[in-house]
Amino acid sequence: MMRQNNYLAHAVLIFGVLLFLLPIWVMLAGATQHAGAIARGDISLIPDIHGLGIFWQALFFKGVASAGYPVWHMLLVSFAMALGIAVGKIAISLISAFAVVFFRFPLRRVLFWTIFLTLMLPVEVRIIPSFAVLSSLHLVNTYGGLTLPLIASATATLLFRQVFAAIPDELVEAARLDGAGPLTFLRDMVLPVSRANIAALFVILFVYGWNQYLWPLLVASTPAYSTIVLGIVQMISPDEMTPWNMIMATTTLALLPPIVVVILLQRAFVRGLTDVDK
Amino acid sequence: MERRTLFPGKLLPIALMAPQLLLTFIFFLWPAARAIEESVTAANAFGTDTLFVGFDNFAALFTDSQYWSSVGRTLFFCAAVSLVAMTLGLLFANFADRNLRGKNWYRTFFIWPYAVAPALSAVVWVFLADPQIGLIGRYLGPNWNYGLNGNQAMGLVIAASAWKQVSYNFIFYLAALQSIPRSLVEAATLDGARGFTRFRTIIWPLLWPTTMFLLVVNLVYAAFDTFGTIYALTGGGPAGATETLVVKVYEDGYIGNDIGGSAAQSVALMVLVVALVSLQFKFLNRRTAA
Repeated sequence: MMRQNNYLAHAVLIFGVLLFLLPIWVMLAGATQHAGAIARGDISLIPDIHGLGIFWQALFFKGVASAGYPVWHMLLVSFAMALGIAVGKIAISLISAFAVVFFRFPLRRVLFWTIFLTLMLPVEVRIIPSFAVLSSLHLVNTYGGLTLPLIASATATLLFRQVFAAIPDELVEAARLDGAGPLTFLRDMVLPVSRANIAALFVILFVYGWNQYLWPLLVASTPAYSTIVLGIVQMISPDEMTPWNMIMATTTLALLPPIVVVILLQRAFVRGLTDVDK
Repeated sequence: MERRTLFPGKLLPIALMAPQLLLTFIFFLWPAARAIEESVTAANAFGTDTLFVGFDNFAALFTDSQYWSSVGRTLFFCAAVSLVAMTLGLLFANFADRNLRGKNWYRTFFIWPYAVAPALSAVVWVFLADPQIGLIGRYLGPNWNYGLNGNQAMGLVIAASAWKQVSYNFIFYLAALQSIPRSLVEAATLDGARGFTRFRTIIWPLLWPTTMFLLVVNLVYAAFDTFGTIYALTGGGPAGATETLVVKVYEDGYIGNDIGGSAAQSVALMVLVVALVSLQFKFLNRRTAA
């Protein structure tokens, strides 16, 4: 009975694994094949080992619309954007939660709820006015424009507030008796105890930043600031005659960094996600 | 919750909050205020001046049959994506929760799709479904062409959007299943509850708070985060068949340059988000309490 049940479980799970891996495998195998064969509808599931060089060549590939900026440049822009958003968001949320939890000052609650309000305003619902604000600040086609509007975040602030609230009063008292100022306390006490939360947030925010599409579509109107996700979607548009194997290789390169980050920090990420995303 | 020991000082905490507040004002509150302002004004024919038009933009929006068909389409799309993604997430989590050989490998294999960009899940699905080059699409015969057939296009954007979201639901359902005490399940088994009966009478009710929480998260994802998937896969076409509300805001405002109409749509969407996020927090509290 139990044995039979386990066969069913393995069968369902293997089906699920294939459901996710097969599309990726088609892409990996396809990238190594001749562009002409793919266009004819002759994708084979067996990769051609002589075509593995495509993944290296793709780094230097320039699309028609990319005005001379190769794929490696788009990957760098994506890296800068994802890192900027992750580090920036963690830093400003950490210090503002610290202020809310460990101090009493006028308007504390009002200011906290103002930050909370940002939950209600995802970028998708305020596309046009956000773009107008950005252009009046001359931030179109800058790294500031790509990152700053996505850095303010209520979720990270709420999470840190929760974590800090669990720090026992005795610890704060002891620190104060030892003559530690608030900033010393932040560095020596608060940062170390929230290390796991920071790691989890980093994964979530890096993936969030790397995967942005709508915002770069508005802000990066010149190819110099095109992210890799933006570049690939451009490659599949009908007026760009990009060879299919090149598109597949480039897509592989674009998918890899966030997947590697998620798998490497899997433990922290899973625990963090189920804590954070509330 | 309230802390007894605090640090003195008023300037330092305000300085620490300043960066966050500054970004919030510049990039959230200011644009939101502008959206509201633009939604009640209209530019004159030369674009040189604006005048107050009250609720005209909203009246025009709410009497526009195209807007309502986009609302209906978005509701259908959100319901379908949430249903597919949550059912599969629960199915896989339920089996991965067992003490199977290789269970850690299975978990990793279900978690990585979280990292796939919505816009790239569209590209991946082109390789599968394209009528000429797609691994599956090329065998579907001459009637398969999602570039021309609206229902096929809708089916495809639902599949691609749900595909990417399964792993999120898997992670949450697995965490919820792991928090169910073994003794409870064993007691039920001793009482003769097995297989699907045990799932339906014991496990499903215990998962209910997680299900409600995930439902809201999935609806928000389907409504707002799928712009990349839809825009890359079909561009909202053919003939508007996959134009959800967010795609419409972008098309009307950025491409069509109808600022007032697009702002009215933005304000309507904001109301929707406020409702959804409030629901999310309601279920969140229940989930933590459970």
